[in-house]
Amino acid sequence: MRRGLFIPIVAVLGFVFLYAPIVSLIVFSFNESQLVTVWTGFSTKWYGELFRDPQILGAAWLSLQIAATSATIATILGTLAGIALTRLGHFRGRTALTGMASAPLVMPEVITGLSLLLLFVSMEAAFGWPAGRGFTTIVIAHTTFCMAYVTVVVRSRLVDMDRSLDEAALDLGATPLRVFFDITLPIISPALISGWLLAFTLSLDDLVIASFVSGPGASTLPMVIFSKIRLGVSPDVNALATIIIAIVALGVAGATLFGMRRAKN
Amino acid sequence: MSADAEIPDRPRPRLADTLRRFGLSGRTAVIAAPALWLALFFLAPLFVVLKIAFSTYALARPPYEPLLAWTQEGVLQITLHISNFLRPIQDPLFANAYLSSVQIAGISTIITLLIAYPMAWFIARSDEKYRNLLLMLVILPFWTSFLLRVYAWMGFLGQNGVFNQLLQGIGLTDAPVQMLYTPFAVYIGIVYTYLPFMVLPLFTTLVKLDQSLIEASGDLGAKPFVTFLTVTLPLSMPGIIAGSMLVFIPAIGEFVIPSLLGGADTLMIGRVLWDEFFSGRNWPSAAAVAIMMLVLLLIPIMLLARAQNAVVEKGA
Repeated sequence: MRRGLFIPIVAVLGFVFLYAPIVSLIVFSFNESQLVTVWTGFSTKWYGELFRDPQILGAAWLSLQIAATSATIATILGTLAGIALTRLGHFRGRTALTGMASAPLVMPEVITGLSLLLLFVSMEAAFGWPAGRGFTTIVIAHTTFCMAYVTVVVRSRLVDMDRSLDEAALDLGATPLRVFFDITLPIISPALISGWLLAFTLSLDDLVIASFVSGPGASTLPMVIFSKIRLGVSPDVNALATIIIAIVALGVAGATLFGMRRAKN
Repeated sequence: MSADAEIPDRPRPRLADTLRRFGLSGRTAVIAAPALWLALFFLAPLFVVLKIAFSTYALARPPYEPLLAWTQEGVLQITLHISNFLRPIQDPLFANAYLSSVQIAGISTIITLLIAYPMAWFIARSDEKYRNLLLMLVILPFWTSFLLRVYAWMGFLGQNGVFNQLLQGIGLTDAPVQMLYTPFAVYIGIVYTYLPFMVLPLFTTLVKLDQSLIEASGDLGAKPFVTFLTVTLPLSMPGIIAGSMLVFIPAIGEFVIPSLLGGADTLMIGRVLWDEFFSGRNWPSAAAVAIMMLVLLLIPIMLLARAQNAVVEKGA
């Protein structure tokens, strides 16, 4: 049947399209030549180069610290927002909170970045805080857009969750706080973990927002990469990309296997 | 404290009760913490942008004129400049950037839809054993760095890139074709980056689509193509709209893709905003560009909200 072939072919081509550039990126990270795309021989020298570059190492460390901090604050705030929107019934400003919690998802990054920078500058002029820009301002900016993603993840988990467990605990006399820590939190913990990981990845990856709200001396990893590749390809960036892709692939594969095993049991 | 010790029968006031006396119940705190954060760091900044968009460039720190000023007679004077909003009409650079952003985002969205629909259909109709694996393959690139995935295309499309080597290898061209730094590369970059955002909502609607409706249409004598147009397509509309808006909205504001893959002449609003801010240091102008970008996105954002509700409701 001809109709039966069209869809699989397009689908397979779609997957090839998704993965071909990534595969070529990895292959050419082991290329000897300075020219990224002409194969001359196998070499791991670009990896060595990478680990001797203090600018890259410093930026990577800063990015990891920013990502861990913003992901943690975003997970706490996003979970609270998720609970407020699913468990607390009606309250004044519910519609406003719903809108504010999901609007950062569709806000173009250039607008988020510019608007936060203008806020920080106005705040500094008015009360002297935040003094200058760097780690703190990037963390605030990343927390704000990451918490929207965490809210979505936690909220959908809370909607799916069986509420009778909460109600049973409440009927048996547990305080709402106790119910949250003993019943709700363990049940929604997979959502918190995936929300945290999502926030961590988004923060680690962000170039545009960080460029706006960062100050001198606080260059994150994407900012350093961007300035390196702006004028063309560079083999040590291929090596860096391969390391990042390897970590992500292992992490996602591990999480999926873990999730599948949990689902089976 | 000592009073409590003297009257042992009286229960010690609990922290929660004390807070409640000030109107601070746990319930209020749960709502207030995220609400205050978002009000301060999401809503307030947008008003600051609006305010500064009405200012004008000044050689100062920060580089704009204050809107409010006390005159020498002690009168509060408010100066609003609308010149920043007139630039898209007066300055052809701005007008072109708007038009080409809409064009590039629109065409990329259509191409993405054409690739994503068969993919989503394939995954939705595949054996349940492989469905999760295929979905994971679609999502996996999203977890790897966006910047590095765009960078991968620089190596792929360059003069000595894999693509050109392939074309020359099979004898389609003799000389390398200029692909990098052209609008073509920008289209590829956008389609590539946002493909997963299109596949997922399409998959969500298609997987819930009642197969018996399609069979009924076929049994009643409709050709597969007619069935697709009259049954499948209308039923998957919420997924199509949600996916399209999830591609179109970020594509409009895209900065990284046009600046890395596009040439100097590939103008998009996100890039103009960036240049106004970083190169021109004209903050009021950048703010006005941001406001006009938001106005442009208002209808797409409303469409997305409605379509997403429809996608979610169908599942319930």
